[in-house]
Parts: sequence; C-alpha cells; structure tokens
Amino acid sequence: MRILVIEDDKDVAAYLVNGLKENDNVVDHSADGKEGLLLAASETYDVMIIDRMLPSMDGLSIIKTIRATGNQTPVLILSALGDVDDRVEGLRGGGDDYLTKPFSYNELLARLEVLMRRGSKNGSEKVTHLSVADLEMDLLARTVKRNSEKIDLQPREFRLLEYLMKHAGQVVTRTMLLEQVWDYHFDPQTNVIDVHISRLRSKIDKDFPKQLLQTVRGAGYILSEDS
Amino acid sequence: MKILNLLRTSTFQLAVMYMVLFATSVFILMGFIYWATAGYMSSQTDETIEAEIIGLAEQYQRQGLNGLISVIRERVARDPNGKSIYLFTARDFIKLAGNISKWPEDGEVQDGWLNFTLDEGLGWPTAESRPARARIFIVPGGLRLLVGRDVNDFMAVKELVERAINFGMAITFALAMFGGIMMSRSTSKRVELINQTSQNIMRGNLSLRIPDRGTNDEFDQLARNLNEMLDRIVHLMEGVRHVSDNIAHDLRTPLTRLRNQLENTLLTVDREQDREQVGKSVAEADQLLATFNALLRIARLEVGDKVSNFKTFDLSGLAQDAAELYEALAEDKQQKFSIMIEPDVAIMGDRDLLFQTLCNLIDNAIKYTPEDGEIDISLTSNQNETFLSVADSGIGIPEEERERVFQRFYRVAKSRSLPGNGLGLSLVLAVMDLHQGKITLTDNEPGLRIELQFPKQAMALEQKS
Repeated sequence: MRILVIEDDKDVAAYLVNGLKENDNVVDHSADGKEGLLLAASETYDVMIIDRMLPSMDGLSIIKTIRATGNQTPVLILSALGDVDDRVEGLRGGGDDYLTKPFSYNELLARLEVLMRRGSKNGSEKVTHLSVADLEMDLLARTVKRNSEKIDLQPREFRLLEYLMKHAGQVVTRTMLLEQVWDYHFDPQTNVIDVHISRLRSKIDKDFPKQLLQTVRGAGYILSEDS
Repeated sequence: MKILNLLRTSTFQLAVMYMVLFATSVFILMGFIYWATAGYMSSQTDETIEAEIIGLAEQYQRQGLNGLISVIRERVARDPNGKSIYLFTARDFIKLAGNISKWPEDGEVQDGWLNFTLDEGLGWPTAESRPARARIFIVPGGLRLLVGRDVNDFMAVKELVERAINFGMAITFALAMFGGIMMSRSTSKRVELINQTSQNIMRGNLSLRIPDRGTNDEFDQLARNLNEMLDRIVHLMEGVRHVSDNIAHDLRTPLTRLRNQLENTLLTVDREQDREQVGKSVAEADQLLATFNALLRIARLEVGDKVSNFKTFDLSGLAQDAAELYEALAEDKQQKFSIMIEPDVAIMGDRDLLFQTLCNLIDNAIKYTPEDGEIDISLTSNQNETFLSVADSGIGIPEEERERVFQRFYRVAKSRSLPGNGLGLSLVLAVMDLHQGKITLTDNEPGLRIELQFPKQAMALEQKS
C-alpha cells in the first residue's frame, strides 16, 4: 500500500512512518502543509493521513483542495482537537475518518485497514448475504445461522455482528464499534462494549469447537475463520 | 402589564420627576407674570384712587363742602363716561354730587376698599354691569364720599392672564407627561435591546453584538463600550482556548508517544511477567490521557460556545440507547435494571454530549451499587420541563458532600477505592450548564437519585436566536 503522511510533529511522524513501513507499506512523509498538498496532488496513494494543525496550510484546506480536483483517495484526519464538532467539521470537510491524538497505533491501523478496503471496493453493490466460515447472515431476512443452526439475536447484537462480519479479518476497535453500531461519539469509562461482545460470543461461538470472535489484546476484536 | 412595566422603569420615573420640576418652574414663572401684570394694574388703580381722594380732601380743607361738591361736579362734567366714579352723599345717603345715583348696596368691603358692581340701578350710563372698586372717605358731619374706578378692563386682563396660566399649566402637564412617556419608551426600548442582547450572549451566543444606532449618544457609547468589552472577552477566551488547544497539541502528544513506545515494547518483550508489567503501564498511561482529555473537554464546555452544535433530537431514543448499552453490564452484576421512558420526548441539545452525560450517570450508578441492587432510569416531561433521572440503591452520597462532587477531582470518601478520576460529574455539570439544565441530587433511601431537568422554553428560545 502507498500511504502519504502529512504530520509536522517529528516524533509522531517517525512513529507512524516506521510503524507503517514495518507493516510492508510504502510511506511518503511531509511535515509542511503546502509541500504535503503538492505530494497529494501529484502522486497516487491508497490512503492519506493528514494532521489538522500544520505549518503553512492547515489539514482541512489540503483535503478540500484535493477533493475539489476530484481526488477521492481515502483520508484519515489526525487531530489534537477531540471535540465532536471538530470531528464533524473534519468529516464534512472531506475526511473519511477522524482520529484524535493521542491514538493507539492499533486504533490507527484498524481504521486505515477499513479505509483502504473501502477504497478498493469500488461501486459497492447491495450486499444481502454475509458469511464467515460456517457463520451465515441473511441481511434481508435478518437471520443468522451457524452450521445451519438458527441463532436468535437481539437487534443490537445483530448490528454488532453485521459490522464484525462486514469487516471480517480486520481488527475492529471498541471506539469504532461505538461509532458504527451505536452511532455515538463518546468515551465510555468502563469496557461496556466487552459485555456486549461476550454476550454475542456466547451466542455464536459457545457451542462450537471453532471460535470465530477473538479479542485482540490492546486493540479490539476480530471476527475471522483462521484463529 | 406593559404599562406597569413602563411605569416601573427608571427613565419613566425620571420623566415624572422632570415633569413635576418643569411644571413647578412654569408655575413660578406664570405666577410672576400674573403678579407683574394684574398686581401692577391693581396697584395702579388703587394709587389713582388714593391720589384723587387726597386731592379731594385738600379741596375740602381749602374750600369747604361747597368747594368739594363743585370739584366733583367739575370732574364728572369733564369726563362723563370716564373710568372714575364719584358719589358724595349726605348723612342719610342722599346724593349731593357724583356720577352714580345711589350708594351701592351689594358691595363687599375689604381692607378699607369696596368692591361692587356698576349697573343701571346705580345710574351708570353703560348698559352692561361692570366691576368697580372704590374707597370711602367719611367727611366730618356724617357726609360720605365714595371715590372709585371702573375696573372692568383690568378684570378682563386679569381673567385673561388667569386663563392663560391655567391653560399653560394644563398644556405643560400634558406635554411633560407625553414627553416623559415617549422619552422613557424610546430609552427603555434601547435598554431592553441591550438587555435582550446580553441575555442571548450569556446563553453562549458570543458572536452577538449590541446594535449601534449611529447617533453617537450615550446609549451608542454604552453599546460600543459593551461591544468592545465583549470583543475583549472573546479575545481572552480565544486565548484560553488557544492555550488549551496548545496544551492538547503539545502535551498530549509526548504523553501519547510515551504510551506508544510502551506499547511497542510490549511487542518485543518475551517474558510473560514483563509483558504484564508493561501492559499495566500502558493502561496507566491511557488513564492519564483520558483524565487529561476529560479536563480539556470540561474546560472547553465551560467556555460555552458549543450551542451552535445544538439540534433537536429524540431524547427518548437516546435514553433507550444508553439504557440498552448498560443493561448488560448491570445484568452481569445481578442488578435489577428498570427503565421507564416516556416516548417521543424531543429536546434541543448536543446529542453526543448528552449521551456521554447519561452514560456517566448510569456507569456511576452501576459502579457504586452492590450486586442485587436496583437501577432505575426514567424520562418524563410536562409542558415546561423534561426530567431525566438515574436512581440507584448503592452507597449514595452524604448530604454534606453533594455540592462538592461536582468539583474537579473530588471523590466521595467511601468511593475512593473504586476506579475513577473524579471528573465524571464535573463533565455532567458542564454539559447541563450548556443546556441550561439543572441537576438535583437526592437521597434514594438507600442510594442516590440524580435528576436532570431541562427547560423546554429556553431550548425553544435557543432555537430562534
């Protein structure tokens, strides 16, 4: 994957660039707004990570400029401004996802993964059926089966599983679940999500030898057939 | 009601005071004019009469009774239709000389002066009756001399002046009253404008300014000064925000770096024991960052400029979502979790902040309530207010500590052993202030009941402004 990082903080940038390179990505880095814009406009990337506060040109202006030229490369905005209105402003300004500093590398990686998959899945036709190993979900009938055995789920559990299945094989963080499944941007003080995950797990995994829903330590969860 | 309000304004009271003062000075001025005209004319008349009497008395002394009679006759003859009145009578009021035929009977005597009416009965030549004023002089031997003047013209002038004064006073009062009302209305309108604008500003709409009429009067100056003050406050607030943004940018970043380095170390450490240790440090750093974020968040909320983010949304749905999110957690603790949510209660506010608020409260309730306890969430509304409450059967908060729990980092003595940063309720308070709501903490016997109260009208107002 080719990734552009526009970030003026040397350490954060180094941390990002090294981390991403270790994960076999090609990374370009710029610490300046205008220079970053030049790179973004001239090269082709799979995903861009752009800080909001930058010298010479702010992050949102860069995104607006490249979007105006028709460039639809997914953009993850990084910012120290963590309020919801900043997030809304960022997403409205053309960003695809928003991550507040401080962020954990795992959170960033999980979000990048989702963004890049979205970028490659062009013109997504309506999905009506999802499956991971022997776990099957019919989105029209709203039924879930494992090994052809019907599993009863609460509406929220269904949405939770739907999100996990749509991102099967990817790490999904707790914040991502809160944003996508519960549709609230907030920071729970306890691991309230864990309780919901363990309930879901007891329904889909408990009576089966193969455990599909795994906890990724320090990051979140992953639904995958190879564990 | 509006009139009453108008009467209560200080401008109107000033106007009334001004009216009274103005009327008093006009009254004094008129009084002086009256005194200067009517008084002068009256004293002129009296002096003329006195002078004539003195003259006649001299004649009498020099030439005796006959001389006096002839002088009177001469004077009457000289000017028969003049203003002077003479009557000289014998002891039994029989006329000896003069230009009226008999002694006036209807007159009234005041300070030696006789005021009476001249008419045909007295033999006065003019048709209409006229007021007159005279002095009576007793001549030795019982003879009486009346010397007077027709004061009709003077009385007419006096009446005119009196009427002018009365009219003048009435007009003065009317004008002063009208002027006072107009003046107080226009000033109170402008004061009201300043009041309304400042109320809106206090609600967090800091971009508003008091309109300037461009007349450069003291109200404009006041408005300009207030606006300048607001600009300065905004400037200072921006400074604060800038500082806090910088803290966020400059301090959180190294903290994150520390955390991330620890996390990286986690990947390279092989011994399970060390991994656990490093993992704990990462969690510690996360806690520190979370506290830091919460502090910054509260600080930004207290600036109160997030009203622009307000939208009308379904509070019932939000309460349902929060309850559903936490119900599982309560069930894990074998707590009885009951919800009573009135459907379709809409509210104007910041959805994410209110969700966070409610979650903080439910989280606390579950945390501070032992197993087998009870948690109750309810949402009700009436015409004016919406009530959202979270009640538990937990350890509660002693009454004397209820005020202090909203202070940053304050933790109730009994709960210090449990995890928490002491910022949850500070955030709740900041969010409620932003929504112009109230928080009430009461004893749930046992446990704690926290009620959030949202005004409906204020929200509607917010929407308009």
